[in-house]
Amino acid sequence: MCLTEADEVPSANAYTEFLGELTRAGLLIPSGVRGLYGRGGEFERVVDHFERYIGREARAAAGGPPAEVMRFPPLMTRADYSKLNHIHNFPDLMGSVHAFMGKDAEHRELTRKFSKGEDWSRDLSASDVMLVPAACYPLYPTATGTLPTHGRVVDLKTFVFRHEPSDDPARMQIFRQRELVRLGTADEALAHRDAWLARGKRMLEACLLPVEAVVANDPFFGRGGRLAKATQREQVLKYELVVPICSTENPTAVSSSNLHLDYFGHAFGIHTPDGHDAHTACIGFGLERITLALFRHHGLAIADWPAEVRALLRLDRSDED
Amino acid sequence: MSDRIALIRDIVLKHARIAADAAALTPTADLYTLGLSSMTTVHLMVALEDQFEVEFPDRMLGRKTFQSIQAMADAVEELQGG
Repeated sequence: MCLTEADEVPSANAYTEFLGELTRAGLLIPSGVRGLYGRGGEFERVVDHFERYIGREARAAAGGPPAEVMRFPPLMTRADYSKLNHIHNFPDLMGSVHAFMGKDAEHRELTRKFSKGEDWSRDLSASDVMLVPAACYPLYPTATGTLPTHGRVVDLKTFVFRHEPSDDPARMQIFRQRELVRLGTADEALAHRDAWLARGKRMLEACLLPVEAVVANDPFFGRGGRLAKATQREQVLKYELVVPICSTENPTAVSSSNLHLDYFGHAFGIHTPDGHDAHTACIGFGLERITLALFRHHGLAIADWPAEVRALLRLDRSDED
Repeated sequence: MSDRIALIRDIVLKHARIAADAAALTPTADLYTLGLSSMTTVHLMVALEDQFEVEFPDRMLGRKTFQSIQAMADAVEELQGG
């Protein structure tokens, strides 16, 4: 999934004001780099409880096989990355891990540049791994082969990286996505996308957030990206659930629900039992953005939140579920 | 076959990555039925813009413009002022 681009900047002040409030409340811990934050304990408590809420909803969801829980680190192999079009579509967002692979002579040169404040980063070499741009990407290479009858549903979560430094506290460079991915036939993928779009909207409404479902597009890069955005909208492949955080005119996508058609099935040789390329779909919850929306709308102290929201998210209970 | 149609046909064969033999690639054949994807449509658009020195305006950015060789030829003709 991709949580989409920000359109026009609503107001730089609105961003920095809210970020200041979050920082003073100890919810976010600035690093000095835009979009890179530590999270305070109360922030994490909300993330944890919202995740359990997703888990309860996923277990209660009917209409498909039970969700398999899988967790991948926020890195994927460069070889698998190379099977995707990400470098064509989102070159500006990617993150590649480079490391020092020289010997003593190269090390001397590296440290000489480092000591003199020169650019030493070009003395590093590409490693075998890339930062994960979406939580579902590491799944598909592991799913090569024939799916079982009725396909699969997979529950994923990882940190994902997008290089888009911003003052907007809701636009982080690294953040967590919780995803429920469907692999199956075209009909199964569409049913999953639509069911989770409706369920996600209901879940956020139950948290008393002013949420709307809108047709959206990913932030495809450059000249060709204009067409990719238009055709993604034309085919209604992506919906976002948006909630105002720093701006009412440009609400923030806190979740997105996407149809990938057979893109991943074709790229990674994932087939339905009748031999066709599998179709995939996902819902992705942006955990930091949902948490920020909750703090924005209900206040910076959880104790002040509406009782029904605290009850729904079980925030008054100390037990694990 | 006009020069424009022939040129576009060559671009389609080079960029569209469709699973059809060249004989099936008539000017009016539906390229999406033949397997044209959104991603390869992007490659096609960029190649057409480079070849014909045009820029597709937003109103033309849709699958309909790239549905067939004829549709692309019509769009290019319009952008080149007939």
